[in-house]
Amino acid sequence: MNWVRPAPPSEDKRWKIVDAAMRRMGYRRDALIEALHSVQETFGYLDDDSLRYVAQSLRLPLSAVYGVATFYHFFTLKPPGKHTCVVCTGTACHIKGAPQLLEMMEREYQLKPGETTADGRLSLLTARCVGSCGLAPVVVLDRELGGKLTPEQLRHWLEKRLAYDA
Amino acid sequence: MTLEELQRTAQEERASQSKVACHLHVCTAASCLSAGSAQVKQALEQELAERGMRSFCRVKGVGCMGLCSAGPLVAAHPEGFLYGRVTPEDAPDITRSLVEGRPVRRLSVPTDQPFFRRQRKLVLENAGLVDPERLEEYIAAGGYASLLKALTEMTPQDVIREVTISGLRGRGGAGYPTGLKWSTVAKSTDAEKYVVCNADEGDPGAFMDRAVLESDPHRVLEGMTIAAYAVGARHGFIYVRAEYPLAVARLRTAIRQAERAGLLGNRIAGTPFSFHIEVRLGAGAFVCGEETALMASIEGRRGTPRPRPPYPAEYGLWGHSTLINNVETFANIPVIVREGGQWFARIGTATSKGTKVFALAGRVVNTGLIEVPMGISLREIIFEIGGGIPDGRRFKAVQTGGPSGGCIPEEHLDTPVDYESLAALGSMMGSGGLIVMDDTTCMVDLARFFLEFSKGESCGKCVPCRVGTAHLYELLDRLVKGEANGESLRMLEELSDLLRHTSLCGLGQSAPNPVLSTLRYFREEYEAHLAGRCLAGTCRVGANR
Repeated sequence: MNWVRPAPPSEDKRWKIVDAAMRRMGYRRDALIEALHSVQETFGYLDDDSLRYVAQSLRLPLSAVYGVATFYHFFTLKPPGKHTCVVCTGTACHIKGAPQLLEMMEREYQLKPGETTADGRLSLLTARCVGSCGLAPVVVLDRELGGKLTPEQLRHWLEKRLAYDA
Repeated sequence: MTLEELQRTAQEERASQSKVACHLHVCTAASCLSAGSAQVKQALEQELAERGMRSFCRVKGVGCMGLCSAGPLVAAHPEGFLYGRVTPEDAPDITRSLVEGRPVRRLSVPTDQPFFRRQRKLVLENAGLVDPERLEEYIAAGGYASLLKALTEMTPQDVIREVTISGLRGRGGAGYPTGLKWSTVAKSTDAEKYVVCNADEGDPGAFMDRAVLESDPHRVLEGMTIAAYAVGARHGFIYVRAEYPLAVARLRTAIRQAERAGLLGNRIAGTPFSFHIEVRLGAGAFVCGEETALMASIEGRRGTPRPRPPYPAEYGLWGHSTLINNVETFANIPVIVREGGQWFARIGTATSKGTKVFALAGRVVNTGLIEVPMGISLREIIFEIGGGIPDGRRFKAVQTGGPSGGCIPEEHLDTPVDYESLAALGSMMGSGGLIVMDDTTCMVDLARFFLEFSKGESCGKCVPCRVGTAHLYELLDRLVKGEANGESLRMLEELSDLLRHTSLCGLGQSAPNPVLSTLRYFREEYEAHLAGRCLAGTCRVGANR
């Protein structure tokens, strides 16, 4: 029986990027993590449709794809907020004040790591270490890195970023 | 690219560089970039263009210069001026200083301080000097000459012999003799072999591999290719963290450049030897630094380890014989082939040869990236190179080896840095993160921090690690909050012993190290917590009593 490659879940042209990533690796099973990376980079997160599509394209059981997607911390199954604030909780950041930054986030924005504000504007994540320990404590806001931050400076930075949209 | 072509490229590049009287090196590694070095570079270029000085001076982006805490860094060559905390507004002053031949005082960072003097650079010899995005500069600095030497003048056995003589040991932390590992893979009769570079630098507080990849990516490719030639592999993978986008981008650029120049890919340098390298992204799982978990991840599966033996040398990627080394290990290879194993073996101590790159961070004046000869003492690293503890506080401990390592107190600071000495202290060399702590850090809280990490990163495959790390964390959490009872220290010790001996992989086996080492050297802090006090004054002990 001939196996037919599945059609993308939607008309969205961005699926071509995901297809290209899988094609580059010959739709082999070891393309799975690369494929999930490309979905997340393209769409921001991994939804059910995308997991199903990747599973069918690579001829893998959905359970295996879900297993991988949930095993790795880098992958997220929830849509992220408009802005993402990643607080580094590496050792250097920990002893230089990352816990105070997280306390501030909870106090001012009612956010715990992994949560998004009700209006979907801001997500809070933590990173094990972003490798900029010389600048501890470090926060990555929308891929932009800020170092040697006090809680007050972080709040100011966030307010500026959020006000920019309004 | 043949040897003659390589030499010609090197000459042309050097000639092109000597056309201008001076170069301004702007650090474009991640740390300085985030401090704004891209804008500084742009401002300097603009300033030189406006003053019509472009035929006199050239600006180039380079890798890490080490002193990350003073970033963004700019160095003037050949004048030897080093400037720190440079802003775009400083561009006019800096260009003027080149004409006048006098450094800008207010920006100057002294280069004769111990931070620079006490270092010995092999792995980082090009970092801060070459543009990591240009192959020609790496070649002009002597790059790929070792590869061509190996391919044309040496047999694979010769290469392995040099590596064995050099005494190089794995820089990922465990310290397995590299020559021995290579010869095991070389002896395998498997028709398909792989070379894997472990760039899944997961220890919090460690950024050595990142700096090497961002500063000198070709060096790693060269080291891997020499390794592939020595063991007889045709395919290689670099498994690098997705959290390091700049390192990934530079690696991909470097691979493309090397392939185009015929230094990677089919029939390298006109010899029959072929080797291909692919980059694979990690996805944020600390356990993937463990070699069997890493291979599972390359195969597209959940990154769970499996028992060893069989070791990857016998049964690795897709069941084939596989050589896995860390970034820094591969980065040492070009030097060893160039200078010879004997030369390399003269650096360091009896059991630990060569240099080690460390990421110095925490409560220390000079934070950044350093490379020192093995055998240097921790005291020299922290108080001379690191410049001591800021804000007049007291040194308390230095943490080595990340979540698998331990805390070393003041009385052991004169210990030489080598694999055995650090292990004897209940810590480990680890991949090279050194976190300095002063009296404001509570050691019980620190142990809890590491167990929170190990608990979260345990893959869940084996019970001792999955359940044990959670229990250790619980016990420590109760201590921190002042809810623990008198039995808890004994339970911590018992449980630690259990994890160490029964866990499946290194993560679980070494997860108790932060607990055991702090219990060993800072037991009074644990006891104070039991009595309702925190000696560092950071924990709210007793708040819940």
